[in-house]
Amino acid sequence: MSKTQQFCTVQLADLYIGIEVERIQEVIRYQDMTRVPLAPPEIRGLINLRGQLVTAIDLRHRFALPKLEGDRLPMNVVVRGDDAIVSFLVDEIGEVLELQEEDFEPPPETCLGITKDLIRGVYKLKDRLCLILNTDRAMNVKTIG
Amino acid sequence: MLWNGGDSVDNDDSEIVGEFLMECQEGLDQLDQDLVALEERPTDGELLDRIFRCIHTVKGTSGFLAFGQLEKIAHVGENLLSELRDGNLLVNAEIISALLSTIDAFRDLLTSIEATGEEHVADNRALITLLTALYENGVRPEEAMAPVAEATPQQETAEATPQQETAEATPQQETAAAATPEKAAQNKTAPVKNSFIRVDVQLLDMLMNLVGELVLVRNQVVQYTQDKDEPAFLAVSQRLNQVTSELQEGIMQTRMQPIGSVWGKFPRVVRDLAVTCGKQVAIHMEGAETELDKTLIEAIKDPLTHAVRNAIDHGIETPETREVAGKPREGTMTLRAYHEGGQVNIEVSDDGAGIDCEKVRARAVERGLVSPDEAQMMTERESIALLFRPGFSTAAAVTNVSGRGVGMDVVKTSIEKIGGSVDLQSELGRGSVLKIKIPLTLAIVPALLIRSGGDRYAIPQVNLLQLIRLEGEQIKSKVEMVLGAPVFNLRGKLLPLVSLNKQLEVEVTESSDAEQVLNIVVLQADDQQFGLVVDEINDTEEIVVKPLSEQLKGLKAYAGATILGEGKVALILDVLGLAEKSRVVTDHSDRRHSEIRNSGDVEGSSLESLLLFGDGENGRLALPLRQVERLEKFPQGTMEKSGEFHVVQYRGEVMPLIHVSQIIPNSNSEPDIDGPLNVVVYSHKGGRIGLVVDEILDIVYVEMSADDMNGTEPILGSVLVDEKVTDVINVERVLGSNQILAPKLMGAQHV
Repeated sequence: MSKTQQFCTVQLADLYIGIEVERIQEVIRYQDMTRVPLAPPEIRGLINLRGQLVTAIDLRHRFALPKLEGDRLPMNVVVRGDDAIVSFLVDEIGEVLELQEEDFEPPPETCLGITKDLIRGVYKLKDRLCLILNTDRAMNVKTIG
Repeated sequence: MLWNGGDSVDNDDSEIVGEFLMECQEGLDQLDQDLVALEERPTDGELLDRIFRCIHTVKGTSGFLAFGQLEKIAHVGENLLSELRDGNLLVNAEIISALLSTIDAFRDLLTSIEATGEEHVADNRALITLLTALYENGVRPEEAMAPVAEATPQQETAEATPQQETAEATPQQETAAAATPEKAAQNKTAPVKNSFIRVDVQLLDMLMNLVGELVLVRNQVVQYTQDKDEPAFLAVSQRLNQVTSELQEGIMQTRMQPIGSVWGKFPRVVRDLAVTCGKQVAIHMEGAETELDKTLIEAIKDPLTHAVRNAIDHGIETPETREVAGKPREGTMTLRAYHEGGQVNIEVSDDGAGIDCEKVRARAVERGLVSPDEAQMMTERESIALLFRPGFSTAAAVTNVSGRGVGMDVVKTSIEKIGGSVDLQSELGRGSVLKIKIPLTLAIVPALLIRSGGDRYAIPQVNLLQLIRLEGEQIKSKVEMVLGAPVFNLRGKLLPLVSLNKQLEVEVTESSDAEQVLNIVVLQADDQQFGLVVDEINDTEEIVVKPLSEQLKGLKAYAGATILGEGKVALILDVLGLAEKSRVVTDHSDRRHSEIRNSGDVEGSSLESLLLFGDGENGRLALPLRQVERLEKFPQGTMEKSGEFHVVQYRGEVMPLIHVSQIIPNSNSEPDIDGPLNVVVYSHKGGRIGLVVDEILDIVYVEMSADDMNGTEPILGSVLVDEKVTDVINVERVLGSNQILAPKLMGAQHV
């Protein structure tokens, strides 16, 4: 019997990404946010989540993908960091998968720069691949000035 | 006896260890205070009992958890204490010092247990030898009868070599010591406080957040019921309203701590320091129960400690010097805390030597902080302010206590960081007082809401000086460009203007309005004032400050964020950060300049700011700017007649107008009341009076003696301005004269 782990899957352009369930606080619809001038472009703004301040990070921008087209609004995947709560903006929320450890592989060498940094590895599913997000690196956006 | 310096702790035990650590920490803090108190009251049996019990507990629990080193030290400490308790030994400075070192050793070990779960291997043999030696050879009551040398601070350094003759015991102490065992027995059963429980601070923070959220919901419900006509629902919502308010208040209360929790360690600090410096200092505390928000308590710890150390090292003199000066050998240091007007005042005062302004100035020149010429012109107050400059230190010799070039400036910046202010007053030879004012709570601050680039921002009101709105023509006439930077002429002072949109790099929302109106928020950053140009000025609101996440902490422009009444997030601007970003605040030479210009506002200053104005035939005159509230220009039609005199409507009040030529003696000028009126608005006895002048010329800074300024003649004196003699009018005097509300008022004669 091999070990399994649960992942919440999200769609980001044509990427199918998995985020560890234990790190996720909740998944919510698009929320109004306050933009933060001078902040790096991947930080889309601040959300009031029942009185808590949540920093929204555009995951498309992190993966150097083009902006979401048209009027489509992103979804929030609220993730707990070390000392704060961060929300990843994604296109769509998928299902929760229970994946076998034996199907896991480290990121392929051919992965492009930033993407390789942001994923921990890949699960081979029947018909597609699921990229596992390196949550800590994805939320590690630093600002100076 | 166990001596196993590296026992590791199982995970199962970690909870017990955590509890042990917490209990010990609290116990040790109390021990520090108790030991210092014991030195003063060596025969207080109850005190001795408490110390004994605490060390005994440490010994017992550390033995149970197999912390060998802790147990060993506690054991010898306990031996010594039991001798003291039984009256077989007398308390002296050496014993107290040894016991205090014991506590330090405990702390050291506890820190390593907290970090690693194990005792680190430390060499405490010297301490154990010392404690044992004191226990075996300490001063017995019978020996104390022999003449004894008075304890001197130097002996403190010789801690490791026990000396027998250090006892400071006096016959009184001895007789009292004999009575100790009885008294101790009476006090065996001290009441135990068990009506308190420990609560995780994180839980409190969470509750605070939830209450904040509840307040928002409450606001919405109340709003909703006001539009409906349902009495039953209205009653329920009112009840909800009330309960929420009470709950909010209660939660705020839980975060409050008495300031005594910081002061608690000061007796020990003072004692150690006094001994090191060879001084005698007693510490008094008033208002230790004054409560402050927990975050503030944390924030004032270091600056306060620094201020206390400073006062002892620099302020209080050696016993010999004090005796010569006719003061008691023992210096007194007083800590006082009290609430006043929504703020907490903390005073650290000493009856030491005070601050020698001459020395301070000489030192500042030596350090290159000011030029000798500048130093000469400085008032006492300005000289004292030099102490708060970075890189200033008055200690003639660098000691290991203070005087390492970091000093009062650190105190000032840390206090200002939490929205407080610092003021130092001193009387040479009598002592000095450091007054610290801080807000009650950091979590909730009053703020001004503004709008820029379509978003709302909050500006903490502590930084706010005034709001200015310029329209149409005024913008062109009052805003000038100096070296490519816009400045605003604010009563003769040039106020640099900073555009918030530009600083935040947000696109400007073009509106037809924007051209015509300029909203300026005048802010104080450090010593410098500047005007922040914003799109819109909204309202003031009490905001709950929330820190920004790790990703955004690097942005200096913001101090945090808040959630506004309607639920939107607004960023809080960091005024100092903005000033630095826009280079309004630069190096010290520039600040120095502004200080001189500002000094007219400082009481007791010899530099007075004067308003120059022209008055027809009388030529150029001046009046002190101190009481001038504003300069206004009224169009001709706005003047009305009320009874005997002329008035204008001004800020919702009726303000009487007086022409200057009518109040100065021997005037040979007729008031010109055609055309617009230049009016100097004066505050006088709680009201306002408009002084009509022909033209306003300039503002100058002139040195005047205090006698000049407080004269009673209608003309205060003459000063040289641009090499022309100019009379300075004593406005107080002329307005104060009895005729003021009679025919002297303009119009009674001429209209």
